[in-house]
Amino acid sequence: MKYIYDFSFLTSKIHNWFLAHCSSGWTILWEMVIVGLCAITLFVVLGLIFVYMERKVAAFMQFRLGPNRVGPKGTLQAVADTVKLLMKEGFTPQAADMFLFNLAPFIVLSVSMLALAPLPFAKGLQIYDINIGVFYISAVSSISVIGILIAGWASNNKYSLLGAMRSGAQIVSYELSAGLSVIAIVAFAGSMSLSDIVESQRTGWWIFKGHIPAVIAFVIFIIAGTAELNRAPFDMAEAESELTGGFHTEYTGMRFAMFFLAEYVNMFVVCAIGATLFLGGWMPLHFGNLSGFNHIMDYVPPFVWFFGKTFFLVWVIMWFRWTFPRLRIDQLLTLEWKYLMPISLVNMIIVAFVVIMKWHF
Amino acid sequence: MGVGSLILLILCGVAFCGLGIGISKLIAPSSKNSQKLEAYECGIPTEGGTWVQYNVGYYLFALIFLVFDVEIVFLFPWAVVLREVGMVAFVEVLIFVFILFLGLLYAWKKGALKWQ
Repeated sequence: MKYIYDFSFLTSKIHNWFLAHCSSGWTILWEMVIVGLCAITLFVVLGLIFVYMERKVAAFMQFRLGPNRVGPKGTLQAVADTVKLLMKEGFTPQAADMFLFNLAPFIVLSVSMLALAPLPFAKGLQIYDINIGVFYISAVSSISVIGILIAGWASNNKYSLLGAMRSGAQIVSYELSAGLSVIAIVAFAGSMSLSDIVESQRTGWWIFKGHIPAVIAFVIFIIAGTAELNRAPFDMAEAESELTGGFHTEYTGMRFAMFFLAEYVNMFVVCAIGATLFLGGWMPLHFGNLSGFNHIMDYVPPFVWFFGKTFFLVWVIMWFRWTFPRLRIDQLLTLEWKYLMPISLVNMIIVAFVVIMKWHF
Repeated sequence: MGVGSLILLILCGVAFCGLGIGISKLIAPSSKNSQKLEAYECGIPTEGGTWVQYNVGYYLFALIFLVFDVEIVFLFPWAVVLREVGMVAFVEVLIFVFILFLGLLYAWKKGALKWQ
């Protein structure tokens, strides 16, 4: 039973087993292989789940059934889609820049893989506990802009270039307010390490402990996160009705699938960060002195809490898509530079004041 | 796991991407067709080159972004030590943010935040 609640038992057991059976060099190698396989599996499974979830959520919001033919309740639809994409021919357009065109999916995918490193999935389950975790993620995730710009430029297609430029301007702008709202939580927790931030929420989540400034930071983070993901209502970069497919118009088959997959994993990463910073990560829901309630909540395993919160935020972002109409590029930049950015700057200063006066719980 | 895990993840990403594209190259049908290799711009033949001069608005926003992104990079370590340093840190950042805010106001006034 203890394995479910604290993964450090499991990891140390595996580590000791390998140490007992082979030298330390091989131990490291085998552990690397295991971590790599787990990361790739997580990647694929997340992609499949999100494709299915996206279509089902969209369907239910429009009073449709959604995919329901392949497998029970259509659960195998995403697998069928993957097989279909595997069977599609992938070709490079004549006018495209051959090298960069083929390089772009690799960059985008590797970057979203890298962003998985510091996420605390459950107690003791973390690939690499970096002491600047939050900073690392915002640094790494901005590399994907380069991948998108390369993809759009190398396609030698006007729609692609337009989409890439819009996407670049948008991701770059919204990174500021996302960063500022993250700083608010860093100031509360006094650490950039994601595991420390989770640990600091043992007595309560920051969204409750941090009063109104934390709520404002959370809302700004979700808006900026949606924009950074290029998702509706901020899906200017791939607005189907005006740009056919945005920066991946020219991509076919598996290369297109890689962009698609990376996009969904990025969505997972953003939501996981939101859940970790504001909603307590794998910490159960605790209320100050309701010890009976807290005790019951402790029975739910940490990874269920983490994935539950993350999928809730994913669902919220999918909900946005069917609620708000798409923005124009000037409206989008106005929203960021004239509203979100000043608000989050002021909010950050209020947070700093609250932290210094020790008004938070 | 140490820094090695980051290299590992990059390798995983590259391997996964390469494998996916490689497998699809092996099993997918392929046919040569000169029409297929043209740029896809909704059917009609492409008019003019793509790699031309571009709207300056994007660059303006990138420039303002640079200033504020550097600001945020400086704010991260400040946020970590805020509690230990206390009021001094708060006042210092107030001045810092105020100066940058003036910059934002200047850009605003000059119309750099307006989409042309």
